[in-house]
Order: sequence, then C-alpha cells, then structure tokens
Amino acid sequence: MITIDALTKTYGGFTAVDDVTFTAEAGRVTGFLGPNGAGKSTTMRIMVGLTPASSGSATILGRHFAELPNPGREVGVLLDASAQHAGRTGREILTIAQRTMGLPRGAVAETLSRVSLTDEEADRRVRNYSLGMRQRLGIATALIGDPEVLILDEPANGLDPAGIRWMRDLLRDFADQGGTVLLSSHLLHEIEVIADDLVVIGNGRIVAQGSKQELLAAAGTLARAEQPGALHRALADKGITASTSADGAVRTEADPAVVGQVALAAGIALTELRPADGAGLEEMFLELTAASQREGNTEGAAA
Amino acid sequence: MSTTTAPTSAHRRERSTPGPIPMTRLLDTELRKMFDTRAGFWLMASIGIAAVLASAATMLFAPDSAQTYESYSTAIGFPIAVILPMIAILSVTGEWSQRTGLTTFTLVPSRGRVIAAKLLCSLGIGVASMFVALAIGAVGNLLGSTLNGVDTSWNVDPTQFALIVLANVLGMLIGFMLGVLVRNSAGAIVGYFVYSFMIPTVFGLLWTFQDWFRDIQPWVDFQSAQTVLFDNTPSGEQWAHLGVTGLIWLIVPTLIGLRMVMRAEVK
Repeated sequence: MITIDALTKTYGGFTAVDDVTFTAEAGRVTGFLGPNGAGKSTTMRIMVGLTPASSGSATILGRHFAELPNPGREVGVLLDASAQHAGRTGREILTIAQRTMGLPRGAVAETLSRVSLTDEEADRRVRNYSLGMRQRLGIATALIGDPEVLILDEPANGLDPAGIRWMRDLLRDFADQGGTVLLSSHLLHEIEVIADDLVVIGNGRIVAQGSKQELLAAAGTLARAEQPGALHRALADKGITASTSADGAVRTEADPAVVGQVALAAGIALTELRPADGAGLEEMFLELTAASQREGNTEGAAA
Repeated sequence: MSTTTAPTSAHRRERSTPGPIPMTRLLDTELRKMFDTRAGFWLMASIGIAAVLASAATMLFAPDSAQTYESYSTAIGFPIAVILPMIAILSVTGEWSQRTGLTTFTLVPSRGRVIAAKLLCSLGIGVASMFVALAIGAVGNLLGSTLNGVDTSWNVDPTQFALIVLANVLGMLIGFMLGVLVRNSAGAIVGYFVYSFMIPTVFGLLWTFQDWFRDIQPWVDFQSAQTVLFDNTPSGEQWAHLGVTGLIWLIVPTLIGLRMVMRAEVK
C-alpha cells in the first residue's frame, strides 16, 4: 500500500506538487493520470526518496522508502527506462540489480524470460535497444526482487499493442496476488482498461480520484450544438452548471431530458445529446484537466 | 454489468522482511560497474598499456646512464597520475551523466554508502595499479639494462614507492572531490585540468610578480606541496604544508560536494 499525505514540492516560487493526498491500495491497480508536466513524475520521485518533499509525506507499506532495508525486495520501481548506461548489456544491468539485492543468480534469466527478452537481446548493449525493449528491461529490474509494490512511471510508453496487452496482464496478475500497483500515464485508453482506481492530477493538484466506476458514473450529459457558447449560456440561465471542452462538447451533471428541454426552449438545435457515461475516460480527463492544460480555455466565456 | 476483478488482499503472499544490504555487496557491484562497459574496461586497461608504452620508450630512448629503475618508474608514473583521477571522477559522475543514479539510489537509498563504496573501489584500483606499474617497470628495467648492456640498478626504495602511492592516492581524491562537486563527467574532467594546470600557472605568476605571495605560497599551493612527494622524503614543515593546502583544496570542497550529493535531486 502507498500512502501519500498532503505532499507538496516547490521549486523557488513554482509549486510542482500541491497538497497531494491519495492512497494506492493493495490488490488494486491505481492509475496516476495527468498531462505532461502535471507533477506525476515529481510525486513518484518523492515516493522513492530521489527528491526531497517540501512538506507532507509519502509512505510505502507504512514506512518511508529510505527506511526499507533492501528496497528492491519490497518495492519495484521504474521511473525512466532510458536512464541506463548505453554501454551495458541488458543482462548486465539486470545482474547489477540482482547482486545489489542479494538474489540467486538464476533470477536474472528467469526475469528476462518473464519480460520476454531473448538471450540474444539480453546480450545486446542498451544503446541498440528500442524504447519498447528498454521498457521491458526496466520492468524486469522492477520485478526481479519479487516486490510487493510496483511504482511505474509511463511504463506503456514505446510498447507496441501486443506489448501493452502483455503489460496489462502482468500488472493485473500482480494485483490479483495482493500486490499494489501504481502506474502513471497520459495514455488514457491504456489506463482506462487496466486501472481499478484513478487519481487524476493537473498542475500539481489532484482534480479527481476514486474508483473507475465512480468516476465514469458521475459523467452526466454530453451535448453538442452549432454554437456551444449559446447552449452553455442557455443552461447557465436555468442555473445549470456546464463546461465546454476544447472540441465544443458541452457537459453537465443534469439529465439529458433537462438539457433537451432547455435547448428546445432556447431554440437551439442540438447536434448531439446523450448520457456521457459512455464517453469514456478521455473526455473526462480532458474536461478535468482543461483548466490546467497549456492551451488554457473553456469554462465558457464568462463575459 | 462488467464483472470487475477488484480482489481483496485475499491471496496475499506471506513475506519476510529482507535483511539490510551489506557493504561488501555494494563494493562488489560498484567494482563491477567500473569494468562492465567498454569505456570503463579500456580506461582500466589503459593503465597497463600506458605502463608498457612508457617502459618501451625509456628502454629505447633513455641514455645508458638513465637505464635505472627510477627512470622507468618516473616514465610510467606520469600517464598513471593522469588516468587514476579520471577513474575516480567517472565512477562518481557516471551516476548523473548516464542517469544510472535513478536506479542505483532507488535500490540503495543511502547515498553515502554508495559513494563510500565508490571511493573505496577507486582507491583499491589506484593502489593495485601502482603495484602493476611497479612490476611492469621492473621488467622494463631488467630488459632495458640487459639490452643496453649496463648494470641493472634498483634505485627506488620502499619509502619512495610509498610516497608515490600516496601522491597518486591524493590525485584520486582530487578526482573524487571534483566528481561529487560537479556531478557531470565532462564538467568534472575539464575541472580537473583547470585544477591541476590553470591554478598552478596562476600561482607561478603570483610568485614571480608579487612579493607578498612568496611568503604564503607554501601554505596555499597544494600542487607544489604534492610535488615534494615525488622528489624526496618531505620534512616536517613540508608535511605541514601538505596538510594545510590539502585542507583548503581537497577536504573542504569534498565535504561541500558530499553534502550536495546527499541533498541533490536525482533526475
């Protein structure tokens, strides 16, 4: 289990992680979702003690990471698959991890086959690896100590579709055996399929968290019109809060029937009207993080 | 509708808390990391190669009168004195320049122990390579004197050898200091050349043109204090010079660098 409590990290005047609190439970896959630069990697680096927190705390299995006597045996970590000496072979990198953790020598070959790296690939230098192979090697380094918790930063990056399915099954298995998995991603579809719980972060702050079902059920109604701004105003006039995302979709908590009535009364022709729960995580993600996106927008022109 | 697989911690595995990582294991992996890349391997091999080349050059080009063990050890000593600090620098800076520190300091959160293991491995290699150089020099001397038809002269005594080892250990500590201070391979190597060639030049100019500097020079010039180790046995005062300049130019910056290593963010 991973417990993050009121974690904050500031760099000078810039707040990279702002009062973040969440828990990744054992037996579940927790997806840590956010656009680039949202603070996912900084939060993960603080968890494993590579970056000091400004305030708040992060504990894993009830202890601070630095207090774990042999961290690799309890927590498998992959922060950046490319952060390896390009001149070492994959097998050598795994051997260093195996020796540091004090594991039997056989663990290297076992883990290589678990991540489907062939003997020939393992003996190649990492400079000649594709990003997908580096990810597999990084996951191997995280898994070799048979840990109880996995912390993976963008592990699906660079994997081909078959590789992504493989990783999904692997993490599912790991969680089903009682392990804790925290993985970050901006690959929404991946995390939607794999995660049980979601933590969504934007600009260093948590904007939503809960089980995937909860978050999707709270989706409300999605409507489109030729002039989304007009629809937005019509809803606002009736006291219905709505938000308009970059692609012109108007979302609200209200029922589709109510939205249809409002549009009719205002004489707005709808081009689309449906319950938003089928809309998927992507729209929720875009909506939730809209305010913190680089392209800044929406909340309808509050002029 | 979908039957979600949201298991409880039902089949949680029984686990025992692992023991701590002993220092011997860190020494083992750090030593391994110094040899397991092509660059690292050839850097180590270059010690032997440089010693053989320097011996061959002495054998061929030195006059008969200079076919002594001292000539061989001096010729071999020069390249080694440059290579050893590089080994110390790269053992530290690699973790940052190659970004392997992300893995290293996650597997061993106690950075101090990792850095200590690196220092011990560097020094071990330094001392071992001095003995390799001693042996290669002896072979060179034997061959050289025979080929040149002069008596074999063994004019290096153990005290002298010990002082040369000490001088090289100091050189490695300087490399190590620059490594922890700069934490970037290229930057630390440039720093090393500035440190060992620029600063002595500046001191030389000051000595030539500024009278006031002549009195304090022995107490601030680390380089000249070290040079004594190569030439003869230092006097009590010369040891004091070495101690004071070493404090200023080596120990204080090392402590600052170590403090930075402990606190710096690993990215």
